Amino acid sequence: MSEPVIRVVGLRKSYATAAGEFPALKGVDLAVRPGEYIAIMGPSGSGKSTFMNLLGCLDTPSAGDYFLAGENVAHLSPDALARLRNRTLGFVFQGFNLLPRMSLQDNVALPLVYAGVDKDTRRAAAQRMLEKVGLGRYAESLPSRISGGQQQRVAIARALVNKPQLILADEPTGNLDSHTSEEIMALFGELNAEGITIVLVTHEADVAAHAKRQVRFLDGEIVSDRLTAEIVEQHA
Amino acid sequence: MIRPMLGEAWLAMGANRLRTALTMLGMVIGVGAVVIMMAIGQGAQYAVQQTISTMGSNLFIVLAGSFTTAGVRSGSAGGPTLTVADAEAIAELEGVVNVAPTHQGRRQLLYGSQNWNANVIGTTPPYLDARAWTIANGAAFGDSDVRSATRVALIGKTTAQNLFGDENPVGKTMRIQQNPFLVIGVLASKGQNLDGNDQDDTVIIPLTTAQRKVFGTPFLGAVRMIMVQADSAENMQRVMDNVESLLRQRHRLREGMPNDFFMRNLSAAAESEAETTRTMSILLGAIASISLLVGGIGIMNIMLVSVTERTREIGIRMAIGARQRDILTQFLLEAVMISFAGCLLGLLLGLIIALAINAITGMVIVISGGAALVAFAVAATVGIFFGWYPAQKAARLDPIEALRYQ
Repeated sequence: MSEPVIRVVGLRKSYATAAGEFPALKGVDLAVRPGEYIAIMGPSGSGKSTFMNLLGCLDTPSAGDYFLAGENVAHLSPDALARLRNRTLGFVFQGFNLLPRMSLQDNVALPLVYAGVDKDTRRAAAQRMLEKVGLGRYAESLPSRISGGQQQRVAIARALVNKPQLILADEPTGNLDSHTSEEIMALFGELNAEGITIVLVTHEADVAAHAKRQVRFLDGEIVSDRLTAEIVEQHA
Repeated sequence: MIRPMLGEAWLAMGANRLRTALTMLGMVIGVGAVVIMMAIGQGAQYAVQQTISTMGSNLFIVLAGSFTTAGVRSGSAGGPTLTVADAEAIAELEGVVNVAPTHQGRRQLLYGSQNWNANVIGTTPPYLDARAWTIANGAAFGDSDVRSATRVALIGKTTAQNLFGDENPVGKTMRIQQNPFLVIGVLASKGQNLDGNDQDDTVIIPLTTAQRKVFGTPFLGAVRMIMVQADSAENMQRVMDNVESLLRQRHRLREGMPNDFFMRNLSAAAESEAETTRTMSILLGAIASISLLVGGIGIMNIMLVSVTERTREIGIRMAIGARQRDILTQFLLEAVMISFAGCLLGLLLGLIIALAINAITGMVIVISGGAALVAFAVAATVGIFFGWYPAQKAARLDPIEALRYQ
């Protein structure tokens, strides 16, 4: 089997609160191989958001190791983490998080600005990605002119524009109706079929059902880690 | 990296136009005030320079010493201690441009039925060069007139007006104390000197004529005063020292004996006047720059608000790979752009107001490129200085906190 994109060993994270140390993650081990499609599930307070922040290099763990594409990133500098977020990861948020004053094309091209890519290349790559998610004709529109589902497609295009090894999606369908949610999940399915590794966080079982593997968190620990195919069999 | 950020800074400035305009206003007023104050201050300096240049530059005078007879002291230039030969010897010194022995006093002038009291100066041709005096009409007298003591005169504008009215004085004969003098030229106008005396109320005649016919002299060749012009302000002191030791030697004064002459630097008074206006213009600039400071604080204030408002945007940018220094650059650039735009408008405003002041009051103003350059440098510095703290605050945000911010 190939080298994992993500390998997490004994990952711990605790926060200082008024009541003392609060352990949000109590030693998590997980490996994600290239081309996998994983849903992370669990109730609020289970530690899944903390885990996603660590996976997304937005935060550093209290203890343990995190190997992203073979590199231990647990104790890197803020600038090195920014570089990983820019080149290795692609983020998709629940609230879409497009910048309201910029055209869709400029929004999609923004990660390339921080990667230091020249203007013509940026525009061409952003346009390619917009067309890939079916919104090529809205390139010059502002985000407020399009629907929520379309905004999420633009956000996915932005996540993809720098050819990351991994897409991290945090409740990507949380603000969308069920029909639009299906469309977005279908898009993730297509991307995964092209070989892109996807990790998504959700609390909805039918959204998780689109993933190939489901990991369940409870009280800062992984309590189950099974393939969707097995779960379906069990219920059948 | 900078180019797309400039575009973004422009967008951000356009997003809240009224606020951007009000923030800029602080800089506009600050820079405008500096430009106006500098224009007025430099104008005053220029006016003083002009007055000084009409007096002639790098001048000093040597006065004959006083003497005492029967306990009565004569006052300076009362004694017959300076001679034309002294003046000729001074002219040989290095660094001396012009030397003019002179003898002056007020005398009554007569022409037809008019009479007038003017300052009569008996001197030699170099006097005109030393005082930077030109002839408006007619011609100057020469060395031969001094040698043969001809009765010719050059008269100033005020004298000409009072004695001759509308007539052309050149070629007319006037009288100074019964002696007829042919007016051969009218001097170009100089206006007032720093003491407020009218420099145009003057008659200039050859030294020898003055001594024989007008003032009288203890013995031929004695002069009351010698005007000396040095070649530069830096050489002034050295030339004065050389003149002093030359005269002591010529007058056979032994070590320890006091000088039998006085020396006075004419440029010193003018320089102190120039120094005063320089101080005043620096003071004006300093007061004006306080408003620049206030403008800068306005920028800092608005940038802090902007950082808070855009916390979420900062979080998004960080999530997709912006480094701390990218965020820092972005906000700093915005502050500098506001500052620069304000500076440009302020420069324009200051220029218009300064020109208006000149047109309405007739006050002398000087607008220099240097002042504009200083204003620009200050604006850039203010932008960076007051933009730094808000930008730093933005760059240090925790990306997770920033993303959660509503």
